[in-house]
Parts: sequence; C-alpha cells; structure tokens
Amino acid sequence: MSQTIATPPTVRLDSDVIGKPINRTDGPAKVSGAAKYAAEFGVTGPLWYGYIVNSPVAKGKITKIHADEVLAIPGVQQVFSHENVPSFAWFDRSYKDDVAPGGSPFRPLHEPEIMFSLQPVALVVADTFELARYAASVLRIEYEVEKHNTDLESVIDEAYDAPKGKTGFMPPPKPKGDMDKAYQEAPHKIAGEYIHHAQHQNPMEMFATTVDWLGDGKKMKIYDKTQGAPNVQQYLMKIFSLSSDEARVISKFTGGGFGSGLRPQYQVFLAVMAALELEHSVRVVMTRTQMFSFGHRPHTLQKLRIASDDLGHIQALEHKALAETSQFENATETVVNWTGILYNSPNTNFDYQLSKIDVFTPLDMRAPGAATGNFASESAIDELSYKAGKDPLDFRLLNYTYSDPTENKPFTSKRLDDCYHEGAARFGWDQRNPEPRSMRDEKGMLVGWGVAAGCWDASMQKAAAKAVLSADGHLTVSSATNDQGAGTYVIMTQMAAQTLGLPMQQVTFSLGDTNMPAAPVQGGSWTANSVGAAVKDACQEVGKKLLKLAQKMDDSPLAGVDFEDAQFVDGHIRANEDITRSVAIADILAASGEDKIEADGKAGPNPINQLKYSMHSHNAVFVEVKVDEDLGTIHVTRVVNAVAAGRIMNPKTARSQVLGGTVWGLSMAMMEETYLNNELGRYMNHNYAEYHIPVNADIHKIDVIFVEEEDDIASPIGVKGVGEIGMLGVTAAIANAVYHATGKRVRELPLTSDKLL
Amino acid sequence: MSLQFIQEPLDKTAPRVVPAQSVTLNVNGQDRTIQIAPWTSLLDALREYLDLTGTKKGCDHGQCGACTVLVDGKRINSCLALATVYQGKKIQTIEGLGTEDNLSPLQQAFVDHDAFQCGYCTPGQICSAQGLINEGRCKTEDEVREHMSGNLCRCGAYTNILSAVMEVLHDGEAVVDNGVLITVPVASTKASSVE
Ligand code: FES
Ligand code: FES
Repeated sequence: MSQTIATPPTVRLDSDVIGKPINRTDGPAKVSGAAKYAAEFGVTGPLWYGYIVNSPVAKGKITKIHADEVLAIPGVQQVFSHENVPSFAWFDRSYKDDVAPGGSPFRPLHEPEIMFSLQPVALVVADTFELARYAASVLRIEYEVEKHNTDLESVIDEAYDAPKGKTGFMPPPKPKGDMDKAYQEAPHKIAGEYIHHAQHQNPMEMFATTVDWLGDGKKMKIYDKTQGAPNVQQYLMKIFSLSSDEARVISKFTGGGFGSGLRPQYQVFLAVMAALELEHSVRVVMTRTQMFSFGHRPHTLQKLRIASDDLGHIQALEHKALAETSQFENATETVVNWTGILYNSPNTNFDYQLSKIDVFTPLDMRAPGAATGNFASESAIDELSYKAGKDPLDFRLLNYTYSDPTENKPFTSKRLDDCYHEGAARFGWDQRNPEPRSMRDEKGMLVGWGVAAGCWDASMQKAAAKAVLSADGHLTVSSATNDQGAGTYVIMTQMAAQTLGLPMQQVTFSLGDTNMPAAPVQGGSWTANSVGAAVKDACQEVGKKLLKLAQKMDDSPLAGVDFEDAQFVDGHIRANEDITRSVAIADILAASGEDKIEADGKAGPNPINQLKYSMHSHNAVFVEVKVDEDLGTIHVTRVVNAVAAGRIMNPKTARSQVLGGTVWGLSMAMMEETYLNNELGRYMNHNYAEYHIPVNADIHKIDVIFVEEEDDIASPIGVKGVGEIGMLGVTAAIANAVYHATGKRVRELPLTSDKLL
Repeated sequence: MSLQFIQEPLDKTAPRVVPAQSVTLNVNGQDRTIQIAPWTSLLDALREYLDLTGTKKGCDHGQCGACTVLVDGKRINSCLALATVYQGKKIQTIEGLGTEDNLSPLQQAFVDHDAFQCGYCTPGQICSAQGLINEGRCKTEDEVREHMSGNLCRCGAYTNILSAVMEVLHDGEAVVDNGVLITVPVASTKASSVE
C-alpha cells in the first residue's frame, strides 16, 4: 500500500543510462593510482613542507615559543605562531564558512590562548618533509595552564536551548497534548537513557593542502582536501583579502569526508598563510593524531519516554537530548525531530539542548543528529513493542504514519511500508521466535533478530553547471561539486549522456575546481539531487540550441518541432510524433560551422511547491547477530537494508553508499568511541590502532533493497540521495537484535563485550 | 593559580642535520636514484621524491594498510620501512600493476565490483590482494576476509572487495555469499530483479 503523490516524471528519452548499474567513470584512475588527492599534486618550482605543532594542554596560554632554536637549523624556513602571524581579517564573519554554526569560529595561530587540547599552535616550514617534522619535534613551547572542564555530565545544569543559525538545523517540534498525563495513564510504557561518546569521522585520507605559488602577484592554485572547493575559496578570500582568481581551489578527488570536510580545516589556513608570507609553494599534511583535533560527532545524552494503549497505539512520546559544544561555537544537529516524523502520538514533548565544554566544536558526521536520535528512539520503540506484547515489526507498522505529524504535512513520497515488507520477506522475519534468548545456531551461539527504521531529509540546494558540446561531438560538463566517494563523477556523466542522448564515452564530467560553476558542499545527501538537476538543465539548454540549429538546416525534418516535442536519442534529435523525422547531432554540428555549443544550467529548491510537503527518505533494517555468551562477543552475520530514496540513478554506486552506510551503522553500534580523559582534557585513542573501525573480517552478508519512489516534488529529477539514509536504523537494529539474543538491553554505545558480561 | 607546562623537545641538543644520501631504489622495474635523509620512509620516498603518489598515507604508523606495496612479491607497509634498507630489492607499487588504460585483472575486478568509494585505501587493498594471491594460501571467503583485514576501508567497501578478490583468486569461478541487490520498481511492490 504505497502512497505516491507525485505526478509521473516525463520520460522523453529511451536511450536509458540513468538507473543502470554503470561502472564509475573515475574507477580506472582510482585503481591505478592515477587519481590525485590534495597532497599529491606537483607544483611549479621547489616545494616547502609545513608541519603542524599542537598544544598538549586543553586550556591556558602560551607564554613562550623558543622558535630561534629551531630557526637555527639549516633548511628551516620559518616557524609561524601567534607571535609572528599577521592579523588578517578582523571580524568573525570573515572566518565563517557556508556551513559554520553560530558563534565565533576558531582562528588558527591568532592568539596565545589555548581553548582545546591539540589546538594548533605553530607551523614549522622547511625544505623537506623529514626536516619539517624533525624541526617541529624539537620546538620548545611554554604554557601557563588553566583548569579545563571536558566533562559533559558535570555541566548538565548549564544546558541551554540550542540556538538556530546553522544551515539545515531544525529546532525541536512543538509539544502536543499532555505528555505527563498520557504517559502516567497508559498501560504500557518505557523510559530509558541513551548515551554515546565522541566519535571522529576519520576519513582514510588525512587533511592536506598543497599550495602552488604561481609567482604572479598572489596567484595560487590551492589543492585542498575538502567536501566543497567553493566553500574553502570563500573562506580564504574573506580572510586573506584575495580575489577568486588568486585563490583558486581545486579538489579533484577526496579520500572520504563523512562531514569532516564540510568546513575548511586549519591546514588550509596554515598552508595558504605560509605561502602568502613566504611567497613560495607549501604543502601541509595532517597526521592521524591531528585528525582528532577538529570536530567530531558530539557526545550526547538522551532520554526517552514512550507509552502505548492496550492495542499498541502510541499515546505518549517524549525525546530529549543534551549534546556537547565548544566554548566558542554552538554546534547544532537535528536529533529528536526524526522520532516525531516516524511515529504519530497525540501527546508529545521534544527537547534539545547544549552544554559547553573545553573541546573543539563538534562537526557533522555521516547522518549527523539522525544517527544519534535514531539509535535511541528505535531502541525505545523496540522495547515498548515487547511491553505491549507485539512483534517489533508489527508494532512499527501499527504506528505507521502517512503524513509528517511534526509539521502536519503530507510526505512527497514514502514507501517505508514496502521497505518493511520487502525487507522482512528477504530476511525471513516470519521465522522469528518472539521470545528473547529463544534462538540458537548449530554451534550453540545465541541468535538474535532485530529491526529498526530510519529517516533522513530529502533536500536540495542551489547548484550550477556548464555544458560544452564541441564540434567533434564530445560533451564536457562541469560543476564545482565534489566526489568523496559518492559516485558523483559517474552519475553526472549518466545524467548528461541521457539528457542529450549521447553515449557515455562521448561525455566527460569534471568537478572540484572553483573556476567551474558553483555548487554546494557535498553533504546532507543533496548532491545527486541538486547538481544532477543543474547538469540536466545545462544539457537541456544545449539541446535547445541544437534544435534551433537543426531547424536552420536546409529542408530540416525538424522544422516546427518544439523542444518539448523532441527527443534526444542515440546521437539524434527526433520528433516525438514521428521518429523518422530525425537529424544526427554530428550533422547539426557540422552544418552549423560552430566550434562549440555551450550553455549554463542551474537548479535550486522550489519553495512554492515544496513548502506544502515533508520530504524524506526512509529505510528499514533487519539484522541477525550471534552472541557468544561466555566471551560476550557479538557477530553481525546478516543485514538486510531496504531503502526508499526516490529514484536510483546508478544502483551500483548507490548500493555501495548503502553498504558503506551499513558498515558505519555497525561501527557506531559496536566499535566507535573516542575516549576523552577528563583529567587531561584530551582524546586518548587518537590513532587507527586504538580508535576501532570495522575490518573486512567484521563484515558479512549485506543485502540492499531499493524500493523506488516517484517523486518530482522533492526533486525535479526524482532523486532523494542515499549518502546518509543507509547508515540509519542499523545501529538500533543491532542493539535490538542483541536484546533478542540475550535479553539484555544495552543503552550505551558502543556495544562492547564488557557491557554484555 | 596557574601551572606551568613546558612542551619539551624530543632532543635537547641543537640538532645537526645529517646530510642527504644517495639511495637507489628499483621500483616497478626501474632503478631510480634520489637524495634523501637516511630516516626517510619508503612511503615518503615514493610519494615525495619519486612522484609515485599511487601509494597512499593513511596513518604513517602501520595501522591502516593504505601504504601497502610489494617487495619481492610480498606485501609490506611502506610507512614502516626505511627507504635505504630497500636498495637492491624489487619494489612494486600500484603504478606497476597496471595503468588506467591497461588495468590488471585485479584492478579491473575492483572497478567491476565497485570495490571502493573514495578510492583512497584502494591501491593498498589491491597491492595487499595481489600479495595474498602470490602467497597462495587463502581460498575461502573467510580466509580472504581475514587476510585482507590489515587494510582498513573507512568507506566500508569490504563486501565488494571480497567479491573482487575472490573473482581473481578463482578465475571468475567463485560464488560469493555476501549479499545481493534487489530493486523494487515504482510500478509494483514486488521484487522484480535480483542481481
Ligand atoms: S600509512 Fe602505512 S599502514 Fe597506514
Ligand atoms: S574506498 Fe574510501 S577508504 Fe576504502
């Protein structure tokens, strides 16, 4: 019983490449080592290396930097610190990037004050990487230490309502009815507190910037690791008073981001500052330890109370969250709203607050906010289903909502019900014994089956693209967007090829250069939708020009045909009504005498249409775990992740996104935690050996199901994006499966063996 | 009352810089001579001095496998190796396995199975898989999973990496039970295609 409101999209083309499982166009470059990441570009002339020094204290003040000792080493070019870095822009707003939260952004090497452990305090620049690293290791710095506080639980009393101000942040929904009374009177109820600690994005590629000093005024090519070159360029232009020509930012390949590359990180500031001061090419690469020095998923404490009537209908729903932020910015996430979007209740209460501690500002990390709220709420819903004597899947279906209760709006599309049904069928949910601790495998291990649902935004941002069709028939499309692994390269090539009916090999899509038309940072699952629509628009504009040129040809078979009545297929333009009226694009180009035909395209949200609706992607996740009770070890042996996210442009790369999301959900459930030592005010496991993420042996069978939706309101191209949704549901489904296997409800992540023993 | 804290240098004496030395490495069948400090890692020698940036740095501490290269056919973490020690050995990097226009079977299998996303761990995964195939002791899914577990992939491409490696290991004959893709089209609520 699926509900679709959208009118069917107009499919005028039949040379379909959209929706096909096509290999990544950037694949050969990536598997052969030819793909260049930020630290790998060559420069004109010699290159110097910067090595960053970080503060060992969490709070205090630098009293002395013994730079002279280091400057005496031959080959050391400069030691930058607050003592000699000139003040650049004065106002906070110059340091704000597109996705900065409210508050006062951190300014690297600006002042002697230390606000968090591992704060960058100096940059040593030398002729070689080895020398810069060595010189940084012998730099002596004196600090006056002040008392820090990094313990969130000690400042619960100082919590305040999270202020608005960050792109995409939705304040908690308004309360409804009488939560306390309804909860009191309901026959079935649960209350629980849920905790997860800080987690770090840790993309494989460490943050890096190579500045190619071009020697013509202040002209630079800035190769940066980022999820959005235009955002970095704006930031640099404002701080250093540079023109867009001087600060050209390039990011062709990004070795993962997961949110960490949304904001410009301090290595880009340091590299550009050093290049400007020294008038020389400079490369600065972070270490893995430094990857723990800026931003993380915030440590969050949550409380839920949910109650149902005798039939299992939810009557009371309360979700509260308290998250950490830094002393200088208000990092906000949408944490509690999702619970209200997934389940209807006549009585609700939502709350989301922040408290400040002495750490760096938290930063969006894959499915920010939703991953946090979803673990807690889907664990709580599961717990209540047992209290109400219902199967956890039946309980969710019983409380299914066809419109968004938080905004009283219909969904543009929602096939979560089909995700439940298809996922359950594939998983074999009907074979489940409802009793906890009732199932065992042939080796005697406890077996648990769990389910959970997820929900993410379908959103769109402004984006632009350019399409150039050259006389030889090759189409080049560009946009300053990003590909951190999402598949942007291939899906945009598909979009362009399909729109103009050209073979894939005749199309090149390029990205990641601020000389190209602007695009938003890659985040929020909005790239496919926003940039895809801009690419389509640019190609259609080229198509319109081609049609006009075709009609100028002698005895044109397309005379009098409107663009809407023409189709672009197999390298030809044809009249819809009579496809024998056809002209080859190559012939049009030849006849026109033009050396190229180009057009700009753009796309953006359509508020008039969209404001009446709630726009979301959904998923349902089914998980099998096996638990060895003697050792407390948990193995996730099987996952079915059923996703409804509009139209799937490329099932091969979209599936990879969901596989990756599933691994992330498992990682959050079972492994990830950055240990904060409150004595030292410092993250202790700041490396890949002690910060655990899954390895190949941890991952077993993952089935991915795409339940496609028609939706031309959420997106002009019917796409909702899959970057975040695949991660949701997984963490809670694992916790729920562990409960089913063991009878133990674990409410604090990660689910390590000590919590089961 | 504030405390004093001094970030002490690792070495107190004013350092004298050891001069760069001439080191000859045989990489992908070619002898190449560079001038490097004796403590330069093989990884940095490849990336910063030989412009062979296909080998990646993910941690510099032997924890992630992104820097995996083959030395005399065996896989090693090049970040934990001093370049000078590897003179006279046959070093093979991702660039030596195949090129963009002429991919090795393993590289092609990685593309076909979409065994990567961001691509940053990929050269290390492929070199490691090549090493695993050279070793010749892994056959089953579980063995491959285990012996590919020194290579982290933050994007989580593990199931597809397994498929790619199994395909080459068994000349395209392997059946890997690590999950399927099902698409339920708009028009119906029934699964219609299983790949
Ligand atoms: S860079 Fe060598 S193991 Fe990570
Ligand atoms: S593909 Fe991104 S880390 Fe493996």
